Amino acid sequence: MNGAHDLGGMEGFGPVIPEPVHAPFHAEWERRVLATTVACMAMGVWNIDAMRASRENLPPPEYLTSTYYEIWFKGLVSRLLQEGLVSAAEVESGVAEAPGRPVPNVFTADKVAPGLAAGSRYTRDPDRPAAFVAGERVRAREMNPTHHTRLPRYARGKAGVIEAVRGFFVFADANAQGLGPQPQWLYTVRFAGRELWGPEADPTLSVSIEAWESYLEPAD
Amino acid sequence: MSGDHEHDHDHHEGSTLSEMDLRVRALETLLVEKGYVDPQALDLIIETYETRIGPRNGARVVATAWLDPDFMTDLRRDASAAISSLGYGGRQGETMVALENTETVHNMVVCTLCSCYPWPVLGLPPAWYKSAAYRSRAVIDPRGVLADFGVSLPAETEIRVWDSTAEVRYLVIPQRPAGTEGWDLDALAAIVTRDSMIGTGLVTLPGAAA
Repeated sequence: MNGAHDLGGMEGFGPVIPEPVHAPFHAEWERRVLATTVACMAMGVWNIDAMRASRENLPPPEYLTSTYYEIWFKGLVSRLLQEGLVSAAEVESGVAEAPGRPVPNVFTADKVAPGLAAGSRYTRDPDRPAAFVAGERVRAREMNPTHHTRLPRYARGKAGVIEAVRGFFVFADANAQGLGPQPQWLYTVRFAGRELWGPEADPTLSVSIEAWESYLEPAD
Repeated sequence: MSGDHEHDHDHHEGSTLSEMDLRVRALETLLVEKGYVDPQALDLIIETYETRIGPRNGARVVATAWLDPDFMTDLRRDASAAISSLGYGGRQGETMVALENTETVHNMVVCTLCSCYPWPVLGLPPAWYKSAAYRSRAVIDPRGVLADFGVSLPAETEIRVWDSTAEVRYLVIPQRPAGTEGWDLDALAAIVTRDSMIGTGLVTLPGAAA
């Protein structure tokens, strides 16, 4: 979806404000949003791609005027409502009007350390050879899907070079829609700055993205 | 979320903080009552990412790479396995790639679409990494972004920006500064900053200019 989250190449947001000290949270509620999001993901009702899609579906004016953990909170509530796990009235009041429905997993305290240490595997055994090899010239397809995608707008239609073949990975676009993992070969594709931004761009710049095979076509 | 920092300052004092506090508390209470989440688990998740998993992990990876050429070779070949051999791995670091900064190449990492970041080695990302200012400009004007961090590179240095658009997570291995010959792992790790492992900073000796 061509949402407000796809920020690469926009201008006018002002300088980046460094923060040398490691301080991941700036309010107590931010801690709780992070933890609640991680715990809810571990229920196994939705996957990480669906979670990202729920944040990106915020209307652009709202996305751009929300802080990052506000976006996470709104995305979480939206996903909980969509899955029928809570009602809007319950979210408003904080009081359950009906018992919870069974979920595949509850992330109890004893599961936290092993769960966070294990992570999730997004790689799968390949069932076909990769279509491209390192060094090959490719073009990112011009596409504007209305669903979740990980091909940023700034790279669409641009030609680059396969930098690396990363492996066979769960396809985010399908996974976010609940269509299953539909794994594909994943590549790092490197674009010259001038290909992306025109002849005035810094000649020393190149930008790479990670692209699933279906994002790419052979370039001349 | 534009300019997270300006907003954050408002939120410390303003009504948005208290409103968010109430809304988040209400949601947590509801989810606990429904049996979906365990409040003790939430505390443990926070404790893990606030006290156990942070950029000190990555600093030890970098210092080890500086001291041990065999480890650097392993990092180049399979960064996930090499980093795991030091005891770091897990959520949001399942597939790692190490990027070496040199005299001629400077690597910098961003996630323009959200906030993908190598949690096991760097912890949770700083506010600026998630800000619209960084995500928008890192790919089109990385030298301008570096200037915001007080970093200026030679005009001929090749700048390579890596947009984390899938589940691969990048760790920059900064250049080891001159004057650290003979230093041990702890001493080297102590000078490796988080920003140098994202590519928005350089490692410098204490007291030296960036």
